[in-house]
This record gives sequence, C-alpha cells and structure tokens, in this order.
Amino acid sequence: MVKTFPGVRALDGVQLEVRAGEVHCLLGQNGAGKSTLIKVLAGVHAPDSGEIRWQGEPVSFGNPQAAMKAGIATIYQELDLVDGLSVAENMYLGHEPNAGGFVARRSMRRGAAAILERLGHPEIPAAREVGKLPAAAKQIVSMGRALSREARLLIMDEPSAVLAHDEVENLFRIVRGLTAQGIAVIYISHRLDEIREIGDRVTVLKDGRTTAANLDAKTTPNRELVSRMTGRTIEYVFPERPAARTFTEAPILRVENLTLPGRFADVSLDVHGGEIVGITGLVGSGRSEVLESIYGARRPTTGTVEMLGKKVRRGDVGAAVRAGIGMAPEERKSQALLLGEPIYRNVTLAGFARFAKGGFTDAGRERTVAEDITRSLDLRPADVRRPVRTLSGGNQQKVVVGRWLLGGTRLLLLDEPTRGVDVGARAELYQVIRRLADEGVGVLLVSSEVPEVLGLADRVLVMREGRLVHEAPAGELDEDTVLDLVMAGSLLDGADLSSNTPEGTAA
Amino acid sequence: MSTTIEPPVDVHDRPRVTAQGFWQREGSDHAKRNLALIGVLLLLLIIGMFTRPDIFLSGSGLWQNEVVVLSQASSIGVITVGMTFVIIAGGIDLSVGAILALASVWCTTVATQSYGPAVMVFAALAVGALAGLVNGVLIAYGRLVAFIATLAMMVSARGLAQNISQSHTQITNDPFIRSLASDKILGVPYIVLIFLVVTALGWVLLNRTTFGRRTVAIGGNPEASRLAGINVRLQTMLLYVLSGLCCGIAAIMVVSQTWSGSNTNGEGYELSAIAAAIIGGTLLTGGRGTIVGSLLGVLIFSQITNLFIVNGLPLDIQRVINGGIIVVAVLVQQFRVGSFPFLKRTAAK
Repeated sequence: MVKTFPGVRALDGVQLEVRAGEVHCLLGQNGAGKSTLIKVLAGVHAPDSGEIRWQGEPVSFGNPQAAMKAGIATIYQELDLVDGLSVAENMYLGHEPNAGGFVARRSMRRGAAAILERLGHPEIPAAREVGKLPAAAKQIVSMGRALSREARLLIMDEPSAVLAHDEVENLFRIVRGLTAQGIAVIYISHRLDEIREIGDRVTVLKDGRTTAANLDAKTTPNRELVSRMTGRTIEYVFPERPAARTFTEAPILRVENLTLPGRFADVSLDVHGGEIVGITGLVGSGRSEVLESIYGARRPTTGTVEMLGKKVRRGDVGAAVRAGIGMAPEERKSQALLLGEPIYRNVTLAGFARFAKGGFTDAGRERTVAEDITRSLDLRPADVRRPVRTLSGGNQQKVVVGRWLLGGTRLLLLDEPTRGVDVGARAELYQVIRRLADEGVGVLLVSSEVPEVLGLADRVLVMREGRLVHEAPAGELDEDTVLDLVMAGSLLDGADLSSNTPEGTAA
Repeated sequence: MSTTIEPPVDVHDRPRVTAQGFWQREGSDHAKRNLALIGVLLLLLIIGMFTRPDIFLSGSGLWQNEVVVLSQASSIGVITVGMTFVIIAGGIDLSVGAILALASVWCTTVATQSYGPAVMVFAALAVGALAGLVNGVLIAYGRLVAFIATLAMMVSARGLAQNISQSHTQITNDPFIRSLASDKILGVPYIVLIFLVVTALGWVLLNRTTFGRRTVAIGGNPEASRLAGINVRLQTMLLYVLSGLCCGIAAIMVVSQTWSGSNTNGEGYELSAIAAAIIGGTLLTGGRGTIVGSLLGVLIFSQITNLFIVNGLPLDIQRVINGGIIVVAVLVQQFRVGSFPFLKRTAAK
C-alpha cells in the first residue's frame, strides 16, 4: 500500500510497506528517523530522493493538506487540536460542511456524533469544548478527525504515551475496530509489550535506515528487535578512558528522594568530583526534569539537593549557580543562547556581574576571558564579537558549555550535549567533558544516545517512567542491556538486578 | 518523541560566516541604522531650508528654531528613554502618559506646592516611580501580561489624576519650576539639558552596566537568562519603576512648560514614545534597541511637527505622515533582517 525509499536529511534508505487493514509498528531509538519518516508520509517534509507509492500510484505530497486529501492522517504525540473549539468543529476543521458559505452546524454536529459512535465513544458530546476534555478523549477526537477525512492510513506517534493503562486498552479496541474496516495503521511506540499486543508487523529503523522490515510482531524475539535497533553506524570517538579514574572521596552532589509529581518520583543519586555520571532513558522518562530540578529550574515538591554538603534552595536557579552548579540545557537555542548577541556576552551571561565594578560592566575583560575559553574549546570562528547566530550547532554548544568554565563551577549538568552536533564537533565536546572531569568537576550527563552514555560516563543510571530503575558502572553494561532496561515490557523486568540497584527504586 | 537529526552543518556554515565579515559584528547594524536616521533628520532640515529659508538658512533663526524643537521633544524624549528599556526587555508600557498626568497633578496640588519646589519635584518623581512599581509588581510577580497591566494603569492613573484635580488645571507660580523651561545656559533651556543628561545616563545604563546587560538578556531570551541565574522577575519589575521614574521627570518638564498640572497632560504620549523607539530600531519583540536610535526617533517626529507648524500646514496631515513613517521604518527593518514572511517560506524550501 505504501512504499518509501527516501533519502531525506535524517533518512537514508528507508523501506516501509503497509498493507490495508494491518497495524504496522515502527520501532527505533530516539533520533532513528521515525518522526522524520512520518513527517515525510504526512507531507510535512519532502524526500530528496526515493518514492512513495500510495495505492499503487507514485505520489508526492507537497504539503500536509495534500496527504490528508489522499487519505493519510497523522496523529502527532502533541495532539494538534484547537482547545477553544468544539469537538465537532475540531473534527471538521478545514473542511467544514457548508451551505452557501455558512457552516452547516447541525450536519457537522450530526457527522461528528456518527463518527464518535463508530469509534465506540458516543458519550463524548460533539458540542463540548475540546480544551475541557481529558487527554484520552482528545486522542479520540484526533482519530475522529482522521475518519472525517475518510482516511485510509492512520499514523499514530506514540499514542499511548499520554494514556493511563486502562485507556490504552480502549485505544487498542478502537484501533482493532478501524483495521477491521480496512484502515491501515502505522503505530509508533517504545513499549515492546504494546507492539506485541496490537501490532501485526514491525519495521525497525536505526540511524535513518531500515534495519529490519516486516518482522512478525507476535513472534520475533525481543532480543532480535533490540539488536536491530542498536549496532550503530555512526562513529563515536571517545577520549580514551584512563585505567583508574580518581574521584573525590565524598560526593559533591547528593540528591535525596527528589519528587516532582507527574514527572519523576523518589530519585536519589550522587555525583563525585571528577566523576561523569550518565542518565539515560526515553524522552518523557523524567531524565531532563531531574536535571532541571537539581538546577532549580523546576521546583520539586519533596526531596533535597545538597551541594558540597550544603542544601540548595529548591526551585532557585540563582542559588544553584552560586552553589557551583552549571547547566547546559536540552534546547540550546531556546533555553541557553541569546542568538543575536555576541559570543563573549553569551559566554559571560551567567558571570558578567562578577567582572563588573560597582555595577559597571567590564566588556574588555569579558572579551579577554571569553577569548581564553573559546581558544581552549577550539571554537571556530574565534572572533568573540561575532553573534552566536552565525555559529554551527557544535560551536554553539561549545559556547553553552564554555559559560561554565569561567571558574566556580563544581558540577556541570549536561542535557543532550551533542544533539544536532556533527561527528567532528562531537568528539571535541567529549574531550572537553572528559577534561573537565579530570580537573575535578562533577558531570551529570543526560543523553538519549546510549553509546554516548556508555562511552563517556563512569557510572550509568537508567530512568524509566519517572523512576531510577538501574545503576551500574559503565563498564558493566552494554547497549542491548541498557536499551532493554529503558523500555517498558523489558525482558529483564522482574529479573534480579538488585546487586547494583539503589534500594527501593527497582521496578 | 524522537527528534529530527540535524544535518552536520559545520562545514556548510563556515564559509558563509567568514564572508559576511564586519557587518555581522556587534553594533554595526545599529550604527548603520542610526546613520540612516541622521540622514533622515538632515533631509528634514534641508526641506526646512527650501520651505522656510528665512528660518533655516539664518544662523540665529536655525538655532532658535532647533531649541524649540528640542524643548518640545524633551518630555517625550525622557519618557522614550524609559520606554526603550522596557521594550528592549520584551515588555511594553502603555501607562506613561497617564502616569505623567498623575505626577503633574500630584506635584501641583495646593498642599504639595505649599512645601516648595523641592517637594514638588520629589512628589512627581515618587508618584512616577510608585506607579511604575505597581506596574512592575503586577507584571513580574502577578504574571499579568504587560499590555494588560499597563492598560489598567493607563486608565486608572488618569482617573485618579482627574479625581485629585477635579478636572481643574492647577496653576503653579513657583519661580524655580517655571525657570526650568524659561531659563537657559548658553542659550539652551534647562529642560533640554535635563533631557540630554537623562538620555546620556540612559545610554550609560544600557551599555555599560550590569542592569543594562540584564535588560538586553531578558528581552533576548528570558528562559536562557533565567537558566543563567539572572533574576528575571526582579529585573522586570525594576524596569517598570525606571519607566515610571522617567514619567515623573517628564511631568516636571511639562509643568514647567505649561505652568500647570492637569489630568489631560501627556495624552497619547505612550504611542509617541513607542513609535519613536520603534523607528529608532528597538525590536518590539525585545532583545534589541539603542538609546541613540530612540533619541533620533524622538527628534525626527519633533522636527516634522516643527516643519508643519512653521509652514502653517494642517497637523492632521502630519499625523498621517507620522503613521506612514512608522510603517516604512519597520518595513525597512524587516527587509534587512530578512524576515519577510513570504521570503522566509520560499527560502525554507
């Protein structure tokens, strides 16, 4: 039914074939190209090469409307509904039934009610404002929108991520109902147990390539699925790990029972000076939120953060910075940089007051200091008066990290430090991180890329659904094991991991 | 959800970066814009020379005329300095005219006047700063949108001014207050000097102090500023106090020029100040702007008004032209930034 051989930026040689009436699961790590692939199918991105066949005909969708018209509907993870409009209005958004330019409200409402009936949810009032519905009902409205367009293929990006357990059952019932009507579904999920339950066939993506196509969803062993997702082609060049690394005796950071309801619960960890601790887990596992809570950017409800033996005020970034904590946040551009401002002002953003005398800034000294830092990071171009906007992703990241090299930072929190950074700059960033650790700085690193965590960190923490589920020295783990731990429905669930697992946090 | 892998951009970016060279440097963009504004100002003077050579081509006539232009620009100029700070930080202050009115009324009540000029000046500054503080607290800590909070202040401050003055124009005969507008040093009235000093202080504050650096930072990227440990709320609050204080200073200027305080003072000043800042290159979305640009913006508007008056032209047409200038200035700005929506779409392929 659908075939693509695109060579889009993030994709290189993908094959996907979906039959009418089947649930085809798409599996892959973060960044494997799943999202890009569905965006190609949905007409958001155009493939550079390759071809998409839709019901036997080669097609090219110039925009999302064209794909929708052809019968391909996509339900994104962040549902694209308009909160202020009613259920019926949302379903028919952009193709309202009309009479002479006036919206035929009654027939629209009747149509919506019929679709909700077909989805097995007649109890959702078609006139209700969508913003007042719970997440599960919103998802049904999203599906209803697809049906209102007579979609023949429904793409669902991690639909279960926002649902509670019993709601997932309901979702499956609806999906089965749709496939029984001959509608094809592409289902993306990280949860292997879901894929087993709902899926017919599985295609695995890795680094933008198909590594396995059309596996049987029920019978293919987990081991095989997981190994298809790993075994990378991207080269990671890690600095050599010295045989014996020395850490400070006492941990510099001690986090106890940190909880932020709905995000993560009961997280305890510590970091020693000179140590690199890596946290890995899926997006939504709470890993970034833990980092942000330690840094004071979020206010956890319970638990303590201690830096060098002193408690750090909860939810106060200024206090964290004064305590010697620095952070390079996940979203470089929106959370870390003043893009229009020169490099040196970005480097000194957290410390310009330190160079000031009586409230007057000392731009000359800031530039000198920033030049030293950019030179040590081998930043290109070296002119610190250039706006940050003109730098490449890797060099921008160096600026963000460089901000915490002004002195006084004892603990560095890094959230996805190499996202969107090319291979060469990656290796340089790894060097920088390792050098910092050698100088005695503690590093807490979050990354979706398991090899990165394994290659760089001394100790690895695995998070899943808001909890720390495993802790081990990096040398004792391999990629398959970590990936397995990261996903729910893991083979190792219930197995004895207690030797290295912090007490009370084992799943 | 997984994210799209960005292509390795390093290699492609480098040549482009070096090619653009000097023009990408800090401040050069502002310098270009300010040169253009000075050009506009000179053009206006040349127009004056052709239409009223008797004024603009005689040395003393030109001098006297320009002193008038500056005098008339001074109160709006001081307010624009405060407004520039607020807008650079990503905010807006619609209440400046109303605060000016309230401060002018408060400092000219019979009771205040009985304490003498020092207290009158103090009252105007204090009322301005306090009204700004209310704005700042509501916006920074009450999380009101700046537009809403200052709109409320705009309505209520003028109402309070009306209540205090009972809609009467409160005359002052205080010789010191009157002398600010009438007495001169080297031919320049005191209020013009105050205007220029405030502008100079504003420049120093914006470009040479941590206060200014924080202002630009929170306007450019509030989240990044917060995550760098900057106290974004405190800074936001202080900026509205600064704007209010500028209104207090402007109130004294208006009182000295009109010899009176009135609840109708400063009507429309908020829009004039915003317009001046905008054509001076301050981005309404924050993060960018210069005091020099705002000063030139004020002078341009004031000079246009002056040209209309000396030529006996109707002021309604002048308003139409002012509106056109704002549009043209912003269009030029967008063209240079390259953010024409339709260009962007084609460029994104």
